[in-house]
Amino acid sequence: MEWLRWERNPWGQEILIGLSWDLVWVAVGAGALLVVAHAIVYLWRWRGLGAGAAAIRESLLKQLPERILRHSLASRLFHWVMAVSVLTLLFTAFLPIWGVKFPWVTAHWIAGLVLTAAIIFHVIHASFWKGLSLMWIGSQDLTDGWLAVKQVLGSAAPPGKPGKNPLENKLFHHSVAVATLATIVTGLIMMAKVDTPWWHRNPYVLADATWGIIYVVHGAGSVALLTLIMAHLYFAVRPEKRWITLSMLHGWISRERYLEHHDHARWPVGGDASAASVAQPRDAGARRAGAS
Amino acid sequence: MAIIQDMMPAFELFQPASVTDALALLNRHGKEAWVLAGGMDSLDWFKDRVKRPKVVVDLSQIKDLKGIRQQKDGIEIGAMTTLTQVSANSLIQSRYGLLAQAARKVATPQIRNQGTIGGNVSQDTRCWYYRDGMPCYRAGGNTCYADTPTAMNREHCLFEADRCVAVSPSDTAPALIALDAKFVIRNSKAERVVEAEDFFIGPKVDIKRMTVLQPGDILTTIRIPATWAGARFYFEKVADRDAWDFALVNVASAMIVEGGSIKQARIVVGGVAARPWRLKPVEDSLRGERVSEESAELAGQTAIWGAKPLNYNHYKVLLMRNLVKRSVRGVKI
Repeated sequence: MEWLRWERNPWGQEILIGLSWDLVWVAVGAGALLVVAHAIVYLWRWRGLGAGAAAIRESLLKQLPERILRHSLASRLFHWVMAVSVLTLLFTAFLPIWGVKFPWVTAHWIAGLVLTAAIIFHVIHASFWKGLSLMWIGSQDLTDGWLAVKQVLGSAAPPGKPGKNPLENKLFHHSVAVATLATIVTGLIMMAKVDTPWWHRNPYVLADATWGIIYVVHGAGSVALLTLIMAHLYFAVRPEKRWITLSMLHGWISRERYLEHHDHARWPVGGDASAASVAQPRDAGARRAGAS
Repeated sequence: MAIIQDMMPAFELFQPASVTDALALLNRHGKEAWVLAGGMDSLDWFKDRVKRPKVVVDLSQIKDLKGIRQQKDGIEIGAMTTLTQVSANSLIQSRYGLLAQAARKVATPQIRNQGTIGGNVSQDTRCWYYRDGMPCYRAGGNTCYADTPTAMNREHCLFEADRCVAVSPSDTAPALIALDAKFVIRNSKAERVVEAEDFFIGPKVDIKRMTVLQPGDILTTIRIPATWAGARFYFEKVADRDAWDFALVNVASAMIVEGGSIKQARIVVGGVAARPWRLKPVEDSLRGERVSEESAELAGQTAIWGAKPLNYNHYKVLLMRNLVKRSVRGVKI
């Protein structure tokens, strides 16, 4: 197996062409391994543990409305626009490599531009409305993460309930962020090489060696996204995670799920307890946190 | 980069006597196998050491792939029939003169004696950057050396450039598309028949191939229906030299003309795109028109609509326009 592809250019220099596509299979294998490993650990350790259903406090239950807002409309729109564009990018990138031939270039760069616009929106939205602290990994997250690992190894002490986003969600978010940013930044540079309605292609804005590095980074980001999206889809369809997946459609979770899976102190939610309402976060900081 | 040594790297040569045996060999060796027809394209690659197959399956001993046979609804030409046989065949000359004319324009008598019609339509592009072994898009790299401000691109494309700007070099391909031919392709699993027009693919679909042929496929037969037999044909090739040269632009047209009016037309231009470029808008605009200077002029103007010349091939726009115009006027044949 090779890691990189090299060729000899017209001047007799060995130049980097890109990532070896053997790594696509490594990425698919890693995704499959992760799925199988999780399924085994789930069946072995986590099935039947529950997330603290018994600990739901009746007093709190009565204070909360039936529905708790987990994802605002803006967040959900961003998520689904990103989902469609990333899937389009992956299909148009990897199907031709796997032998399914079709005119893919135009669809690929258009999907790339849509993804770029969505990410710019998300960065602004997260920075000024939602709050960056929502995804910050704190010491409590690390402690809970370590307890979760120990639980897999047989410890009886369960990890504490997370705030709005558990550690695994934050780690997934940051991994996707790194892979996506690497891919779109290099992808935008690579657009210099294709004809668009706005400019004519010019592959000579950078030297061969620089292009090689850009192609490697683009390929590495794309291959990493393959594994990450496989994992994401797996968790999205797992029965015990379905309430999270549905919240990305409806925006809300039930108060029982909220109390069962989240620490009220770390993700405070208040509001009218009437059946039809959706709870808003209590204070300014929490309001930002609640609408992510 | 190509190392021109005139010495081919070693490979294992097989000369099967039947299509079934050839397919079994291709199946056994997969992507390492190379199908050799007349060798006019292949030997260039081997001698330049750009392509280094481990196994070469030479089809020259398969009798089933040779010869021209009259059928109830047209003719069948074995893919290994030489270009000389095609151009000299009386049936083709009398009923499908367009193909005879196109085959006669290929290279030189020696090459036509050795080169086959199957090889002529399946040959790779002649972009010299690519043929020289440069790591361009078509060769698996990530750039095009021909589409730059200073590149030598006077032979390259006007249409459908998609990263790669190479063109289809075949003379017989435009004629076969104009005649509405069907190509029969076999592999170890099945036989399929594709329209001549669909046999060729551009870089948008697959930047590394010129045709739909995949590893393990053999083009066995070319079928030409009787639909266009005896129609009014026109073929013209413009090249830098009269012989032993590829077309800068060529045009092939077939028209059914009744009472001075064009009932149906098929016009195909070679050398302007990675696949033979069929001019459907021109064909539509000609239907029902009288053969005249005006309709020819209009056809020429319509043909070049959307052309995007590179730095050194603007002349091809005018050349193409005039060739299409002449094909409608029907100066020749």
